Order: sequence, then C-alpha cells, then structure tokens
Amino acid sequence: MRTAGNLWTRKHLLGMAGLSKEEIATLLDTAVSLREVNRREIKKVPTLRGKTIINLFFENSTRTRTSFELAGKRMSADVINMSVASSSVQKGETLLDTLANLQAMNPDVVVMRHPESGVLQFLANHLNTALVNAGDGRHEHPTQGLLDILTIQDHLPLLERDSFSGLVVAICGDVLHSRVARSNALGLKSLGAEVRFVGPSTLMPNQAEEAFGVTVHHRLEEGLAGAHVVMMLRLQNERMNSPYLPSVREYAEFWGLTRNRLRLADPKAIVMHPGPINRGVEISSEVVDDPDRSVILEQVANGLAVRMAVLYLLCGSGVRR
Amino acid sequence: MAWRCGWRCYIYCVDLEYGGKMYNPSLTESILIRGGRVIDPAHGRDETADVLIVDGVIQAVGRLEFTAQCRVIEAEGLVVAPGLVDMHVHLREPGQEYKEDIASGTRAAAAGGVTSVACMPNTQPVADDLSVIGYIQERARQSGVVRVFPVGAITKGLQGQVLTEMGLLQRAGCVAFSDDGRPVSDSGVMRKALEYSRMFSALLIQHAEEPSLSGGCMHEGIVSSRLGLPGIPSESESVMVDRDIRLVALTGGRYHVAHLSTRQAVVAVEQARRQGLPVSCEVTPHHFSLTDEAVIGYDTDAKMSPPLRSTTDRQALLDGLAQGVITVIATDHAPHDEENKRVEFCRAANGVIGLETLLPVSLELVRDGVMSLSACLAAMSCHPARLLGIPHGTLEVGRAADVVLFDPEESWIVDARQMQSKSKNSCFHGRRVKGRVKQTLVAGRVVYTDEGR
Ligand SMILES: [Zn+2]
Ligand SMILES: [Zn+2]
Repeated sequence: MRTAGNLWTRKHLLGMAGLSKEEIATLLDTAVSLREVNRREIKKVPTLRGKTIINLFFENSTRTRTSFELAGKRMSADVINMSVASSSVQKGETLLDTLANLQAMNPDVVVMRHPESGVLQFLANHLNTALVNAGDGRHEHPTQGLLDILTIQDHLPLLERDSFSGLVVAICGDVLHSRVARSNALGLKSLGAEVRFVGPSTLMPNQAEEAFGVTVHHRLEEGLAGAHVVMMLRLQNERMNSPYLPSVREYAEFWGLTRNRLRLADPKAIVMHPGPINRGVEISSEVVDDPDRSVILEQVANGLAVRMAVLYLLCGSGVRR
Repeated sequence: MAWRCGWRCYIYCVDLEYGGKMYNPSLTESILIRGGRVIDPAHGRDETADVLIVDGVIQAVGRLEFTAQCRVIEAEGLVVAPGLVDMHVHLREPGQEYKEDIASGTRAAAAGGVTSVACMPNTQPVADDLSVIGYIQERARQSGVVRVFPVGAITKGLQGQVLTEMGLLQRAGCVAFSDDGRPVSDSGVMRKALEYSRMFSALLIQHAEEPSLSGGCMHEGIVSSRLGLPGIPSESESVMVDRDIRLVALTGGRYHVAHLSTRQAVVAVEQARRQGLPVSCEVTPHHFSLTDEAVIGYDTDAKMSPPLRSTTDRQALLDGLAQGVITVIATDHAPHDEENKRVEFCRAANGVIGLETLLPVSLELVRDGVMSLSACLAAMSCHPARLLGIPHGTLEVGRAADVVLFDPEESWIVDARQMQSKSKNSCFHGRRVKGRVKQTLVAGRVVYTDEGR
C-alpha cells in the first residue's frame, strides 16, 4: 500500500505539535488511499492481520472509540476495548502500573483517551508501547485535527484555493477547554493557514496569540468576517452557571452560529463541528442541516480513514524503531 | 587534601594581621584551614587567609603563622565561607519519614555546604505545639548532622484560624512562624498574627498565594496554554503580598515572603522596604534559574508551588537580587517520593529538593554578573541568620566554627541518584554546574567531605 510509510518514523502520535508539513502530508495521503477501502463492498483488508490494538478510554466517547475500533477491524487487526469502569485504575492502581500491565501483553498500539493533559507524554516517557492520543484533557486530539484538515483539504478546490496558504479558519467557542482547537490550530498553522480563535474572553487560553500564532476575537461577527472555514466547538454543559458563563441563553445569543451570521463569512465557507452537537446552542439546526455549508458528516467519514492511516503507519509499515 | 597531625596538639600561632598576637600553647583540639580565599560577607572580608578553629570556635582569621603540629586543612584554590544557612527546608519528620527524615535531610544539607536549616512546620503532626517542637529538637540532637532550627506554625493545624502559642514556641526555640504549604489567607487572622507576633519580634513567613487564583498546576502563560494545563496567574502571589504589606503597615509585624516568584511581588516588596516596613523576602534557586518552559514534556520535577514563572518574572527576580530587594536565597527543599511524582502532571505533588544544588546553582548568579560572590554568599548566610536571629552565618571570631570549603571552578553534572536526600525529585538533574563543596564543618567538626565520593 504505497510508500508513504517510509516518510513516517515516529513511534507515537501524541499530538500535532512538532509534526512537520511532510509528516502531516504523509498521514493525509495515507488516509486518502485508505478511504477507498471504506467505499468497497467488502470493507476489509488484511493489512494489519496479527496486530493487536488496545483502545483504552478513561473518558466516555462512543464516537471516537467506535471510529478507532472500526479503523482497526477494517484492517483486520485484533481490537480490544477497555473502558475505565472495567480497568483496575479505580482500585488504587496507578496509571503507570495499568499501562505497564498492558504493555506486558505486548500490544502493537495503545489508543488512549484521558481527562488529564499530558498523560500520553508522561506514559511515553516511561513505557515502550506505541501510543496514539485519542484526546488528553484540554491538550491535544491529533486524529480530530487530522480529520478536520483532511476535510478542509477536500474542499480547497471548491473554495478556489490550491493550498492551505492564506486560507482563513475561524475556530469558535470554548477554545480554552478544547483539545480540538489546539490540534487544529497547530496543524493548520504548520500548513500555512491563517487561524482565528473566536470566543468569550473567559474561555480563551492565556496569551493565545503568542502561544499558537493565531488572532483572537471576542466578537463572533468579527471572527467570522471573510472566513473560509468556520469550525464550531462543542460547549460543555458544565461551563454553564459557572464563573465562565452565566447562561445558555446568553451564550446562544452572542456565540451561536446562525444562518444570518454565517453570511459574514466567505460566500463559499464550509461549517464544521467535531460533535456531539448542541443544536440551538453553539450552532443552529438550519446551519447544521444545510448541505451547501455543513461538512459535519464528511468529518465523520474522514475520521475513520485518518484513524486507519494512523494505525497503519504506527503498526510497523516500514522503517520504524 | 586534608590530613591529620594529631587530634590534640600544641599550637603556636602568630596572627600577623592583628599585630602579631601570640596564643598560649594549650591542650586543645584545633584546626587550621590554610590558604583559602576567605569570604565573610558579614564583615566584608574577602582575602586569602587562614582560619584557626579551637574547640569548635573560630579563634582567629588572617595570615596565621603556626609552628606547632595540629590538624591542617589545605584550602588553596578553595573558597572558605561561613556554613550556609537555609531558612526554608522541609525535613518531613515527623510523619513522612519515607520522603525524608532529619538524618537524611541534614546529611543532604551538609553535602550542600549548609550548616543551619530552618525546618517548616507542615509535618504530621503539624509543628504547632511545644511537644512537636521538642520532638524535632530531640531528633535533631540524636540524628542531625547540621543545626536544625524549627519554624513553628502560625495557626493551629495550619488551619488558618487559631493562633499558636508563639511566645512559648519562640522560647522553646522556634526561629520564625509559618503556615508554609498554604497561606494564611483570612485577612483578619493575618492581621492578628502580625499584631501578636510583633510582641515577640517574631518573624512571620508567608507562603503568599491567593487560593482562589491558584487552582491550576503551572504558571499561567504561553506554555500552559500550549500544554493545555490549567494555569496559576502571577497575580495569585502578588495580590496576597500586596494585602499583607498593607497589614504590615497597619500592625508593624515582621513579615517575610517565602519563595517569591513574580515581578509584581518584587515591586511590592521593594516599595515596602523603601517605606521602611519590616518586610523581607527570599527566592529559590529554581525560581531564579528556570522558567515555565521547564514544564514542557510534563516533567513533574518541574512542578512546585509557586510554579516556575515566565522569563519576565525570572528577570525581575535577578534584578531584585542584584538590587538587594531580595536578600535571601533559600531552597524550599521539598522531598517527595516517586509515588507522588511519577503520576499525571496535575496529580503530582508540588515541590523539589534543593539542598545539594543550592550552592552551585546560586554561583551561576556570580558567573552571570548578577551579584558578587560575597553578596551571593551573604544571601545564603548572614542575611537569613539575621532574620532568624541565630548567631551563625559568619566567620566572626568567637562564633561557632560552621564553615564550608568549596571549589568554585569544579564543573560537574547534577545526578539526583547520587544525592543524600531520600527523595530524588530534583529539577536540576542532568544540569552541568560549577562549584563543588569539598568540606563542611559544624562547630569545627567535619560533617561532610567529598573525598572518596
Ligand atoms: Zn511554600
Ligand atoms: Zn516550603
């Protein structure tokens, strides 16, 4: 399956930070070639036969976990799902012990999601197993970043652009708590796009301009102006009625993406959302369901292809280790 | 480097500098530290000289000629300085002896050239009571290799509500009071503590951190944004220091800020001192030498409270040291075992060890032109000694012979595994440093030598 693997030498995928333009291209190219598998009648290839992948999720996420599970199975890997409830972490065992035990079973890849930032890096410092970050705290969610970038790449011709250079991407909402925003910003910046962080000042990372090379906007209208891509973030319920935000009503009023507001963006702008969607809060149903604008279902399909690509490249596709 | 000419011997010395004063030969235990660069910041001394120690007391300093056989320590090429005074150490005994105890903690001190430590009261049980203070003193007598001066709690159980018996505790030997590990956050309680402690001229050491701004696990800034870790803004420290200084102006109590870490707090202390308020502060080697960038990679040995700050803050700390606003360097030596450090970053315990890297890391200040060697040593000897009211940190004739000999030029790589401390949580592990302790003496007794290491 192509020679892309030769460009991939990393053991883990911990984040978008530090990935070169070429590495991102390798991942995307591999995903594009694997996407074809998902369109076949028999959606299974023997590529990863005999490989073992463990999905270890310390946070609920049916979507991401299912996507990784399907990605592994379509390539004939053995996939084991472990959720926090069935693991021994709750019995006082440390996270490192849990992972050391998993490592002893010699999996080829451990896909992990954890509520705390930096956990994957911490484990990578102490263990040998190849790790894929499926979301750590508010730090990174690289496969989401990659699937979003792949989706944008698919639409570049429609946006009348031949590269990411100069493309304006507005990432809107609760940026502070969003690993999706971070992974996207890092990846898009290294591809040459112009990234805006748009959201309430209480939900914006400190010194975001310098930290991510983005512009920061505290008015949605200003952030949307002329944008080619509008990426809405999910607003977690627990942010409401807290010092972050007074109410859903106020948030929807000032930060909800409506068809009217979308007119401020580029006439051909696409709208993205990592899901699950709070309809009527961060985004109105008319926008979600607008086939000319919304690419949300394409994101889901690309998620599968990107995760297949990641597992394929990490599972020893060529010169590695 | 050192050799013994007999423990008890006759000596006959001439102190040229002081007019050829003669010493009567007598039966004593004496040591001559010969030919070192003797620096005693308390008296502005910095010259090549000899130090004569008789019966554990400094007998003479200067060009000494001696004829009798006695124990000689050759110090040519070495700096001979007062044993260092570290006014901020956690010895973890009683209660957390698996992290450190008085024996291991004072061995670490001796290896770092530190001959006096002030130990913080956040032990288990808390050192808020005569019995616990007595226990610490007794354990220090039994197992300590350097001087241990307990710091008593400001409030009972560090709960921030009821004042401790500061009068009795001071009489029992407490050199200062602190709720370190947490701040005295209630303004009314802090006011009363300052008013009450003033009667005894006792020093209050504040861990200055506004709790409601300190929910994060590293400094709030570019790095925390990138790492996705909740941040602690610099203001968490400065709002508390600002408030406290106003309360000092109200009460006249003696106030010392522990481990100062931010630019705004340096400014606040500078202004207070200019107004003549009894305000002082200390900085740790990790805060003046590292920034929040050390956290990249989620290294839990770069996690402490207050956190490593920004480049701007670090520069302000260096300026504060250079200008004499910050008069004390202290380690905040805080041992933690692996159980508490080899975990997810936000769950990891706060604190790093520092006794064995205090001197070499502080000497970087001299190399970088921030301060003179004498001023640097003052911040680790006579300055903290004066604040604590202890008769140490000087090579004055008649004082106990607490002395450190170090080679300022010897280059080495910090290896936490080689340290005396029971815990290995050093943020300087792997750092190339210059300046190595050769011998440490407490009351004329060698408590550490690097021979055979
Ligand atoms: Zn403290
Ligand atoms: Zn402390």
